[in-house]
Amino acid sequence: MDALEAFRRETRAWLDANCPAEMRTPVSGDDDICWGGRNFVFKSEAQKVWLARMAERGWTVPGWPKAYGGGGLSHEEVKVLKEEMRAIGARSPLESFGIWMLGPALLAFGSEEQKQEHLPRIARGEIRWCQGYSEPNAGSDLASLQTRAEDAGDHFVVTGSKIWTSYADKADMIFCLVRTDFSAPKHLGISFLLFDMTWPGVSTKPILLISGKSPFCETFFDGVKVPKANLVGTLNRGWDIAKYLLTHEREMIGGGGGGLLGGRSPGQVAAQEIGTDGEGKLADAFLRADVARAEVDALAFAATMARYKDEAASGGKGVGDRSAVLKYYGTELNKRRHELLMRTAGHEGLEWEGARSNDGERPRGWLRTKANSIEGGTSEVMLDIVAKRLLQLPNA
Amino acid sequence: MLVLNDDQVMLQDAARGFVSEKAPVAALRKIRDEKIADGFDRGLWRSMAEMGWTGVLVPEDQGGLGFGFVGAGVICEEMGRTLTASPFLSTAMMAATALSRAGSPAQKERWLPAIVAGEAVIATAVDEGRRHDPAGTAMRAERHGNGFRLSGTKAYVVDGQAADAVLVAARTAGSAGETGGFSLFLVETATRGLSAERLSTLDSRGAAELTFDGVEVTADAVVGEVDDGFPLLEIVLGAGRAGLAAELSGNAQESFDRTMAYLRERKQFGRTIGAFQALQHRAAHLFCEVEVARSAVLAALQALDADPAGASLAVSVAKSKASSVARLAAQEAVQMHGGIGMTDAIDIGLFMKRMQVASTLYGDADFHADRVARARGF
Ligand SMILES: Cc1cc2nc3c(=O)[nH]c(=O)nc-3n(C[C@H](O)[C@H](O)[C@H](O)COP(=O)(O)OP(=O)(O)OC[C@H]3O[C@@H](n4cnc5c(N)ncnc54)[C@H](O)[C@@H]3O)c2cc1C
Ligand SMILES: Cc1cc2nc3c(=O)[nH]c(=O)nc-3n(C[C@H](O)[C@H](O)[C@H](O)COP(=O)(O)OP(=O)(O)OC[C@H]3O[C@@H](n4cnc5c(N)ncnc54)[C@H](O)[C@@H]3O)c2cc1C
Repeated sequence: MDALEAFRRETRAWLDANCPAEMRTPVSGDDDICWGGRNFVFKSEAQKVWLARMAERGWTVPGWPKAYGGGGLSHEEVKVLKEEMRAIGARSPLESFGIWMLGPALLAFGSEEQKQEHLPRIARGEIRWCQGYSEPNAGSDLASLQTRAEDAGDHFVVTGSKIWTSYADKADMIFCLVRTDFSAPKHLGISFLLFDMTWPGVSTKPILLISGKSPFCETFFDGVKVPKANLVGTLNRGWDIAKYLLTHEREMIGGGGGGLLGGRSPGQVAAQEIGTDGEGKLADAFLRADVARAEVDALAFAATMARYKDEAASGGKGVGDRSAVLKYYGTELNKRRHELLMRTAGHEGLEWEGARSNDGERPRGWLRTKANSIEGGTSEVMLDIVAKRLLQLPNA
Repeated sequence: MLVLNDDQVMLQDAARGFVSEKAPVAALRKIRDEKIADGFDRGLWRSMAEMGWTGVLVPEDQGGLGFGFVGAGVICEEMGRTLTASPFLSTAMMAATALSRAGSPAQKERWLPAIVAGEAVIATAVDEGRRHDPAGTAMRAERHGNGFRLSGTKAYVVDGQAADAVLVAARTAGSAGETGGFSLFLVETATRGLSAERLSTLDSRGAAELTFDGVEVTADAVVGEVDDGFPLLEIVLGAGRAGLAAELSGNAQESFDRTMAYLRERKQFGRTIGAFQALQHRAAHLFCEVEVARSAVLAALQALDADPAGASLAVSVAKSKASSVARLAAQEAVQMHGGIGMTDAIDIGLFMKRMQVASTLYGDADFHADRVARARGF
C-alpha cells in the first residue's frame, strides 16, 4: 500500500470518529456556515466541536505549513482529504476571506512576524477578515482608488471610504488598499494595509441587496491610525499583492456553486421535482435538453478546475492569470444553474417569505448568483484579462 | 493527476514534430486534389508504424507499445492540429482495442502483428442510418451450418474504402432498439458477397457504404461473445469517441491559434483587428471553451485507461463538449477571418469541414448530452 493510500485510510478513520453527525448534513444557507471571528455565534455545539477538532489538526487550511497553523499536507493529500470529506458529506469546518484570500497573500508577501501573528488565528477561526478594495469610483478600474494613507512617522492616517465590503459589519479586521503616493502612475502608488475594524475612525453601514439580505456594507475611514508594522510588503507596491490575492479570490469564486443542494445538479433536482417518464428521462423535453447541456459543461468545467490545480501543483506555482478563466466560466455556469433551478421550480419558485419555501430560498439564491459575475472582478474584466494577458491581444 | 506524465509529454512532442513535418495540412490537400482513393497516404501510415503509433493500444506482450488511451489521445490531438488523414482511429484505436481485449488467439495472431506493422487496415461498421444509433442495429447474422450468414447495409464506414477487414456489428438475436442479441464479426473485405461503395466526403478522407449480401463466415469470425457483444462494442466505440474528441480538441486549438495570429496581423480602421474589444471578448470566451474541452478530453482518456467499461460518462462528456467547442471554434475562425476565411486558399475551411465529420461520427454533441443525462439520472 502506498503512502497516499495509507493516508486515505487514516483520514477516513479519523473523519469517521471525529466528524459529528450533524456536520454531515447539507448546509441549507449562509447561516449554516461557520465563518469564525471574535463575535461569531456557533449555531450548535456540533459546529463548534467540528471546528475545534479540524483546527487542531491544521485541517481548516490543510495545505498551509504546520508552522502557521496549517496541516502541512501535499497537494495530493489535500485532494484525498477533500474526497473523503465529500464521501461522508462532511461540511467545511470554516470558511473565510482569511483562508481564501489574505492567507495566500501573506504566505507569499508577509513578513515573518505578520505570518506568525495572523495565519494561525485565521486557521483557528479566531479572526474574521473583510476585503477593502472597491470604492464608489473604483470598481472594475480598481487601481484608480482614492482612499488615502498619510505618513505620520510611526503610523499612517487612513481617510476615505470603501463600498461593497462584504461582511464588513461582522468582520474583526480588514485588508485594505490605500493610496500612499498621489503623484506616481496609478498602479505604483498603492499600498496594502491590515487594520482592526474596532479602531477609532472605522465605521460601516449595511447595503440591502436584491436578494433581501445585506451581507455587504459601505465602510468609512475617518483618520484611522494604522501602525507601520501593519503594512504588508513594500510601500507603494501593494498592487502586486492586490493582484496576487485576486487570483486566489477568483479561483475560489469560480469553484463556488458546486456544493449546491447537497451536490445535486439542476438536472437531478429537476428529475426529482418534475418527475421522469417510463425510460427515466426528465418529463419536460425542453428543460431536459438544457439541463443535459449544463451537465456536460459542469462536468467538463470540474475537470478544468482539477486540471489547473494539478498543473499548478506539479509546476510548483499558482493558477495565476488562468484564475480569470475559472472565474468567468464558473460564475457564468453557476448563474445558468440557478436559471435552470428557477425554471424547474415554476410557481414554487415565486414565494419570498414563508416556511413552505424556507423564506424564498430558491429565488433568493437565484438573485444572489447574479453577483457572481460581478464580485471579484466582472465577467467583462475577466475576458479582458484572458484577451490581454493569456492571448496577448493588442491594446486598443 | 489531470496532467500528462513525462512519457506522455515526450510522445506529444514527438507527435507534434512528426505531423508538422510529414503530414502538414498540405498533405491533406494533396489527397483531396489528387483524389487518392484510400483517403490517406499508405507511405505515411507505414512511417507512423515505424514511430510505433500503430501499436499504441496493443499491449506490450502482444507486440505493441501499450501506451494506453492517453497516449493514443495525444496522437489524435496532434493529428487534429494538422488534419492528418490516417486509419489511426479505425485501426490503431478501435480494431486494436477490440482484438487485444476480445480477439481469439488465432485472430490476435493473424491481425495484431499486421496492425502493428502498418500492413492491415481494419474498419468498424456499426451505423445503418443517418444517425449514430448502435442499439438500433438491424443487420442480421443468421446461423448457417457451423457459421453465420450476414445480410444488411452499413452506412458511412470510416476507412471502409481501404480496409482489409471489417469489424461488423450484427444481430444474432433480438431486434432493433435492444442491446441484447449483438455479435461482432471480423470479416475480410475480400469475402464473397461483401461490397463497398466509396463515398467522397466533405473532409476528403472518404468512407464507404458496405453491403453484406449473404456473406458467409465461420464461427471463428466472431470477436467476443455471441449474442452478448454490446458491452464490447461500447468499449470499441468508447475508443473511437475518445479519439475523435481528442482530435476535435486539436482541431479547435489549431483553428483558434490561427485565428489569434490573424487578429494580431490584420489591420482595419488603422489598427490590428485584435485590438477591438468586440473581437477580444469573443476570442477570450472561445479560449475558455477550448480549455474546458481539453480538460474533458484528458479526463476521458484517463478514465478509459483506468477502466474502459466504466468510462462511458467521461467519454460522452468529452465527445459532446469537444464536438460543440470545435464547432464554435470553426465558426468563429471563419467569421474573424472575414472574406478570406471563406476562401479555399487558406486552411480554415478545411478545419471546419473535418470538424463537421468528426463531430457527427459516433454520436454528435446532442447524442452524448443525452447519454450524460441518462447516466446522471435524468
Ligand atoms: C455581492 C458582492 C460582494 C462584493 N464584495 C466585495 C468586497 O468584499 N470587497 C470589495 O472590495 N469589493 C466587493 N465587491 C465589489 C466588486 O468587486 C465590484 O462590484 C466589481 O469589481 C465591479 O465594480 P463596479 O461595481 O464598480 O462596476 P463597474 O466597474 O462600474 O462596472 C459596470 C459595468 O461595466 C463593465 N465594465 C467596466 N469596465 C469595463 C471594461 N474595461 N470593458 C468592458 N466592460 C467594462 C462591467 O463589466 C460592468 O458590467 C462585491 C460586489 C458584489 C456584487
Ligand atoms: C462570398 C463573398 C462575396 C463578396 N462579394 C463582394 C462583392 O461583390 N463586392 C465587394 O466589394 N465585396 C464583396 N465581398 C467582400 C465583403 O464585403 C468583405 O469580405 C467584408 O466587408 C469584410 O471585409 P474583410 O473580408 O476585409 O474582413 P475584415 O474587415 O478584415 O474583417 C475581419 C474580421 O474583423 C472584424 N472587424 C473588422 N473591423 C472591426 C471593428 N471595427 N470592430 C469589430 N470587429 C471588426 C470583422 O467583423 C471580421 O470578423 C464579398 C465577400 C464574400 C465572403
